[in-house]
Amino acid sequence: MSEGIGAPVKRKEDKRFITGKGKYTDDIRMENQAYAAFVRSPHAHAHIQGIEASAAEGMSGVIAVLTGAQLTDDGIGNLICGWAISSKDGSPMNMGAWSALATGKVRYVGDAVAVVIAESKDEAQAAAEAVEVSYSELPVAASIAAALADGAPEIHENAPGNVIYDWELGDGDATEAALAGAAHVTEMDITNNRLAPNAMEPRSAVATYDDAEDHYTLYSTSQNPHVARLVLSAFYQVAPEHKLRVIAPDVGGGFGSKIYIYPEEIVCLWASMKTRRSVKWTAERTESFLTDAHGRDHVTRARMGFDADGRIVGFKVSTKANFGAYMSLFSSAVPTYLYATLLSGTYDIPAIHCEVLACYTNTVPVDAYRGAGRPEASFVVERLMETAAREMGKDPAELRRANFVREFPYQTQVIMNYDSGDFEGNMNQAMEAADWAGFAARKAEAANRGKLRGVGMACYIEACGIAPSAAVGSLGAGVGLWESAEVRVNPVGTIEVLTGSHSHGQGHETTFAQVVAERFGVPLDSIQIVHGDTDKVQFGMGTYGSRSGPVGISAIVKACDKVEVKVRKIAAHLLECDPDELVMEDSQVKVPGTNKALGWHEVGLAAYTAHNLPADMEPGLKEGAFYDPENFTFPMGCFIAEVEIDPGTGKTDVVKFVASDDFGVIINPMIVEGQVHGGIAQGVGQALLEEMVYDESGQPVSGSYMDYTMPRAEDVPSFVVEHHNTRCATNPLGIKGCGEAGAIGSPPAVINAITDAIGNNDISMPATSAKVWAAIRASGTGMAAE
Amino acid sequence: MTIVSMTVNGTAASADVEDRTLLVDYIREHLRLTGTHVGCDTSQCGTCVVHVDGKAVKSCTMLAAAAEGAEVTTIEGVANGELHPMQRAFNDNHGLQCGFCTPGMIMSGIDMVNRYKAAGRELDEAAIRHELEGNICRCTGYHNIVKSIAQAASEM
Amino acid sequence: MHSLNYHKASNASEAARLLSGTEDGKFLAGGQTLIPAMKTRLAAPSDLVDVSGAADLRGIKVSGREVTIGAATTHAEVAANGELRGVCPSICDMAANIGDPAVRHRGTIGGSVANNDPAADYPAAMLALKATIKTVSREIAADEFFVGLFETALDDDELITSIGFTAPAAGAYAKFPNPASRYAMCGVFVAKGDDGVRVGVTGAGADGAFRPADFEAALDGEFSAKALDGISVKAEEMLSDIHGDGVYRANLVSVMARRAVAAAS
Repeated sequence: MSEGIGAPVKRKEDKRFITGKGKYTDDIRMENQAYAAFVRSPHAHAHIQGIEASAAEGMSGVIAVLTGAQLTDDGIGNLICGWAISSKDGSPMNMGAWSALATGKVRYVGDAVAVVIAESKDEAQAAAEAVEVSYSELPVAASIAAALADGAPEIHENAPGNVIYDWELGDGDATEAALAGAAHVTEMDITNNRLAPNAMEPRSAVATYDDAEDHYTLYSTSQNPHVARLVLSAFYQVAPEHKLRVIAPDVGGGFGSKIYIYPEEIVCLWASMKTRRSVKWTAERTESFLTDAHGRDHVTRARMGFDADGRIVGFKVSTKANFGAYMSLFSSAVPTYLYATLLSGTYDIPAIHCEVLACYTNTVPVDAYRGAGRPEASFVVERLMETAAREMGKDPAELRRANFVREFPYQTQVIMNYDSGDFEGNMNQAMEAADWAGFAARKAEAANRGKLRGVGMACYIEACGIAPSAAVGSLGAGVGLWESAEVRVNPVGTIEVLTGSHSHGQGHETTFAQVVAERFGVPLDSIQIVHGDTDKVQFGMGTYGSRSGPVGISAIVKACDKVEVKVRKIAAHLLECDPDELVMEDSQVKVPGTNKALGWHEVGLAAYTAHNLPADMEPGLKEGAFYDPENFTFPMGCFIAEVEIDPGTGKTDVVKFVASDDFGVIINPMIVEGQVHGGIAQGVGQALLEEMVYDESGQPVSGSYMDYTMPRAEDVPSFVVEHHNTRCATNPLGIKGCGEAGAIGSPPAVINAITDAIGNNDISMPATSAKVWAAIRASGTGMAAE
Repeated sequence: MTIVSMTVNGTAASADVEDRTLLVDYIREHLRLTGTHVGCDTSQCGTCVVHVDGKAVKSCTMLAAAAEGAEVTTIEGVANGELHPMQRAFNDNHGLQCGFCTPGMIMSGIDMVNRYKAAGRELDEAAIRHELEGNICRCTGYHNIVKSIAQAASEM
Repeated sequence: MHSLNYHKASNASEAARLLSGTEDGKFLAGGQTLIPAMKTRLAAPSDLVDVSGAADLRGIKVSGREVTIGAATTHAEVAANGELRGVCPSICDMAANIGDPAVRHRGTIGGSVANNDPAADYPAAMLALKATIKTVSREIAADEFFVGLFETALDDDELITSIGFTAPAAGAYAKFPNPASRYAMCGVFVAKGDDGVRVGVTGAGADGAFRPADFEAALDGEFSAKALDGISVKAEEMLSDIHGDGVYRANLVSVMARRAVAAAS
């Protein structure tokens, strides 16, 4: 049990990382390796008049300068968005062309125009600066407001008014009727700030073309190497799947930004074929800001109606979503099926209507970032609930309590069917852990020290393990969202588990092994998790959306089921007993209470020697499975933040943060808590510090760590993380997933705490010191002067 | 080009490099010690921290030539047969997730403990958080990094 | 980073000589600002003359209340110097909060002063401490030294050798760091010396570090935070950016000045 499900086992993968032996993409060096440097647009919107590369071509070390025209001539396809969303009127979304190297027009600062391949990184960089691109600048729309204004510049010719789609979900008439009859309506304008994901490892690619085999190998910082191969093959025509191997070795964080297949990987593969050299590219951080898909960037008007008893009667949400200059791989699904579907929150809401208008702007493409749609939904719902409670003079906790969903399964008005939970139980646990009742005393004590103290709550819910495949297919998804696994028991009894879930910090090598160790009663050290290589693992959908637990592990369990059946048959045959009598523990397969027992390794050996197997049984002990979930899972929780604000400077310190989560069954609480810590820090970052800012001309203003505020150790407190778990009803182990929760529930908790502290509800994220100070002054309630 | 010689992890190292070569590139590309990372270009993230003559520095913000004759320790050099207490503490406390910032965190952690011990100052949670100003982690929320360094400080 | 030639100087005069032979050379001290600028290709000197190992540029001398700090002395050395702390703890405390620990191990006082980043800490201290910036050829008063954003009275090839000042009777530095860069969004150094109170402000002013005359006059009258009530700098003369507008920065100047005075009192 000490190594099995529920045990806080130390991570198996740590040793290589703490000794500096991790192997990340930029650590790979191929024989005959050359380096790529991209020529990027300095303009947010411009026609490309010409590209003069002769000076660059003549420079030291330069192997080739390649442009979009050559890329197109070679039949490399445009980048695509893989989820088709239709507008209210039934028309398909307006997807503009995105070439890996721009031809004709550039549409954001950083848009790649050409690439230089050279012997060294410095030579490539120097030559890239020497490529002369002449531009004719065009008017720019760098924000949602600018893109949707009358007479706005047209970014893609097939997207009139820059509109990608105008979509809706829910019952508009019923919702308007409910709001019209409501005793109280709370109405708010809410902005969800644009974020840069900032995995600490910058993106990198090393591509090698083997002309003898007509075969490509790509090392890539990918969360999902199989999806990368699929897309590179099926849509971008780089190479057919059997001629392309994608390896995602150790990957230094992803948070969504490494799901997508970017122009750089396509270009490196293509350039390796053109130059017959291995081609490496590693982003500088500045380049990461310019090219990694950003997250969030919504503006929303929301109205929530209540009856005289404080019960929600209707909820109307109108959101405009910024997609940037091109539609990234999953972009279309984020503000629709990952957002609008979560607007019932943890509450029983009889009428909901959501409209989403998605638009192009002259900015970096926007796509899923930790939480993806669900943080935006949680922020809208929980800001509305808190504000409504204050407006109606009710306790915010009690207003939530009065509206919680209490019976399961619960069908929301926005597609989702919640399978399980005890929402009030989590709230109670969080309130107790946070000493909610003692807040007034802490506030008074803080006031004595000249600080404004506030408390804020958020009860988030999210949906993980997007599925089932048939359902998402009917909603427009271009892929299935199952996961695969293969469990190989070796002749000596050691076990290799091949999984399509990629681990880039989540600790799969430990947690997945714990599941198998418990299942077969074998030591953790005898199990190896294999992932991240399309030549080793047959297929997989990768890691995002907190799906590795509920979906990835479920596939492993399913493969283990098949292995177990065979183990029982072999052991029963050898021990001359009934297969159902056998138990697997202590590295043995045995009949309890008897001396009938085989070592686990003896079963493995028997399977492979095949000297004495049951009649008609194939040799070997290896099973694979594909698991397609029957429903999403619904992790939820209650977060409580307490802040103290320095009225002189407006600086906010998060002094206490309590989380009570329901993640269903937990495999490794140490790792799960680590996921929550990281998510909360990202959410606190969104609430207080982080924003990707563009000026009106489309120039990024916060494009480095000099101006984009990453949360540091001093910006967050130690966290209190508790669990009140209910088993997920729809997968074999009852797992709900935990990867995104922290980032989903924390922004509204922090903003609710700040607005409580300063007595001014009008504050947008990030609540920088300057904004909070101004809000204190505007409210006149603070101690703004010292 | 200049021949730059130094002692890295106790072993003499020498390479003929361009003058513009950063210490981190000398370590990663010439010595192929790839545990030292590059995570930003503005000297803030701290994934590149190594010790030069016993002090933590950002190897991305120092020329290799400036380390001529120096004693350099990288993450690969801190274990002495067995894991350094700081390395073990990161494993014990789940102080790492993706592992990319970890070498810099460990090198900064060792440096801060050494400095505080030398000065006879207490390295409490607030001090650890303040001392980590030059190291950014996106995965852990710092909670377990702080715990790891506190544990190692009690063992070093 | 562009190609360059590296030279290592063992003393100040050798450094000056080495630089004079270059096309577009620069002195390199700790490099904590210059190297990032070169990496992002904002600076591209033909040559770097490394003065960090120049013996005659290093070290801290305290004689009574007279302080001399060699230009190549690192922030960590300034922060940790017991003798200096004995007469002028404020500059030690200030140095202890420049950048981060690794930056402080390399960054130097001379490099910081010569660069005159509008958000660097040392310029505020130099102004408040009425420091003298000594170069290979002359001595320049701090009031004349800091000319504008990244601009100083130094000639292109002029090397700072040391910083000198008289330790004030009381002093303190209060800093509100930029949340992203950790440079000063506003830093106020207050020093009560024999000939009055001097206040140096960094991070906030649109033209770089400055001395707010009203603040100094008020504090000359009464050295207390209360003396600054009702006095403020002009918002339109402050920097304005995504981290805070001029009104906010003007407020920070007042708040940090009061806190510095309170800490020094």
